[in-house]
Amino acid sequence: MTTTSDVGTGAVTAAGTEPVTGGAAAGGTAPAVAEPRTLTYSEAVREAMAQAMTADESVFLFGEDVGTYGGAFGVSGDLVHRFGTERVRDTPISELGIVGAAVGAGLAGMRPIVEIQFSDFTAQAMDQIANQAAKIHFMLGGAATVPMVLRAPGGSGTGAAAQHSQSLEAWFAHVPGLKVVMPSTAADAKGLLLSAIDDPNPVIVLEHKLLYKQSGPVPEDPVRVPLGETAVRRTGADVTIVATGVMVPRALEAAERLATDGVSAAVLDPRTLRPLDDQTIVDSVAATGRALLVQEAPRTGGFMSEIAARIVESPAFGRLQAPVSRLCGLDVPIPYAPQLEQAAVPQVDDIVAKAGELVRRW
Amino acid sequence: MTLTADPGLAKHALTTMWTIRRFEEAVDDMFARGLMHGTMHLSIGQEAVPTGACMALSEGDYITSTHRGHGHCIAKGAKLDAMMAELLAKETGYCRGRGGSMHIADVATGNLGANGIVAGGVPIAAGAGLAVRMRGGSQVVVSFFGDGAVNEGAWHEGVNLAAIWDLPVVFVCENNRYGMSMSVDRAFNVDTLAERARGYGIPGVTVDGNDPQAVHDVVTDAVQRARSGGGPSFVEALTYRWKGHSKSDKNLYRTREEIESWRERDPIAAFESAVTGAAAATAPSVPPALSESDVEECRILARDRVREAIRTASAAPDADAATLTDAVYAPAGAPIAGGTRG
Ligand SMILES: Cc1ncc(C[n+]2csc(CCOP(=O)(O)OP(=O)(O)O)c2C)c(N)n1
Ligand SMILES: [Mg+2]
Repeated sequence: MTTTSDVGTGAVTAAGTEPVTGGAAAGGTAPAVAEPRTLTYSEAVREAMAQAMTADESVFLFGEDVGTYGGAFGVSGDLVHRFGTERVRDTPISELGIVGAAVGAGLAGMRPIVEIQFSDFTAQAMDQIANQAAKIHFMLGGAATVPMVLRAPGGSGTGAAAQHSQSLEAWFAHVPGLKVVMPSTAADAKGLLLSAIDDPNPVIVLEHKLLYKQSGPVPEDPVRVPLGETAVRRTGADVTIVATGVMVPRALEAAERLATDGVSAAVLDPRTLRPLDDQTIVDSVAATGRALLVQEAPRTGGFMSEIAARIVESPAFGRLQAPVSRLCGLDVPIPYAPQLEQAAVPQVDDIVAKAGELVRRW
Repeated sequence: MTLTADPGLAKHALTTMWTIRRFEEAVDDMFARGLMHGTMHLSIGQEAVPTGACMALSEGDYITSTHRGHGHCIAKGAKLDAMMAELLAKETGYCRGRGGSMHIADVATGNLGANGIVAGGVPIAAGAGLAVRMRGGSQVVVSFFGDGAVNEGAWHEGVNLAAIWDLPVVFVCENNRYGMSMSVDRAFNVDTLAERARGYGIPGVTVDGNDPQAVHDVVTDAVQRARSGGGPSFVEALTYRWKGHSKSDKNLYRTREEIESWRERDPIAAFESAVTGAAAATAPSVPPALSESDVEECRILARDRVREAIRTASAAPDADAATLTDAVYAPAGAPIAGGTRG
């Protein structure tokens, strides 16, 4: 199979997998650094914000409880003590106002980072996200830019139930003018966020609650991971598994188990949904002949439907040996009971079973 | 009604407050021991607000509640075993284990539900009031929410709708001084939140939210006004949350002294003093409503109810994953909950 993509530093996370050396990190920004240290995903996000704030006076963070409290998930941590309450600014509970203020601050020369405590509460702010931030550059004929970043954790698995557990990436990916980022590793959490902050467009960064405590190697320097490059997390010959968010580590674990069973699975992580590097996906599927698309979000209208469409519209169509297959969350709000919550979204066992079936049956 | 003068009312108020306290202490303990999952928002220290407010309501009246909703639920008359079962993710829970703490509702007692979304219940309360009005009913809706909710757009839109349409709604703000870590001093530029009412042309009053009598008095007035077609009111009840916002709170934004000073103003202890005549301020001419042993009886009753709820709930079957997708849509012809038409 081909690996046309940058995998970034430390992109291959599963122990014992065949390392992917996809050439120099794309963008050419990765310096020859020594062995990177290990940070948690949430520390990596914090480090990106700190480095961006240090490098650029116009970068600032605001949101509910990002100051002394350190953020609902502890992501902003001690930033208020390092940068002060002007630049790490607590807000009232007013998501629409907060995001609107970020749009305005962006229009007037700042580079705001907004934290929304749970991605579910972007619903409160949706007018400013979808009708304002996304469209202003275009509506004004390119005369103004909205260089804002909105960070919010999504996903289930914490027993927080239906209004605190959604995976809403498709909402945002459907709106032209927004960029949408879903980091799955600590290194990407940092590198993609730095790129998002640099970007002159509104970027929605969907972090995952279950990943915040996961550790991985992260370069100390502010190494950018470019938006729009699918990472090949693992190469494989029999089936291409495309996964986002917390489904990436689950897919890697599944691939490991599939390997002991004689099934060679590639694992691809798009990392950004807009812009989407579909070429890397299409190339991989053309080589393996099979695609299993895994998302936590409910099946209907989910982003993996878009990836499925891109595959079947591409020349890889002629190379398919099996129907393009999706493994998704059920079409149900996320329930509270742990056993129900687990049943609502794909688990490692489900990925192993579905990928194995695709390979054996076709 | 004077809660402290009538033994029946005094017992009811005291037992309700103790039940809320014991229920939440039990939940806190089970959570700490890993028997409960998810997260939890406790209202310990705030028991007087739901108790005083719900005692002003009649059967059939509605409430909307919040993420910190156990007290509202209990005060409105919910079954403790079904609440506990919900928290323990049991099939017999109010939401069959689908909702958990933040979504408990008890439509039978008019509780339209806790809410995971700050201010989410406020426009819903206006809508319930609209339904009452359109159906020609006489019910009232009490909408509970925190100080933090008052800065959400949904709050303003909901209150304004109720105001312009004279809907039978009482907006009860539990001002516990913080929305998570954000103090009201930092989040508002007005001295009292009740001032916000004026902007919508409705009455607004601030009361001691640690005194069930004070809460009861103003909510009773507001309920009467609403029921008689006089429109909505806003009640700001000043109180304090003793525990952290949720399980992850390190209390970095407030001092130990501040927490301690409010614990000294325990609404339950103060009410006990008032009803037994132990409080110096009690008018000496009024005989005490309750004796020490009556008070002890209320405490024991509350404790036993909670214990029984834990026993019943623990023995119930776990929520069933096989029926997970059953209730996403209501089947055609399903009855309309919450009231009959016409
Ligand atoms: C729309 C929305 N924004 C943010 C949150 C996260 N959150 C939950 S409770 C809370 C604080 C609410 O404060 P307040 O309304 O004063 O109620 P209290 O917790 O003090 O009872 C916050 C920020 C949420 N649940 N919903
Ligand atoms: Mg509050």
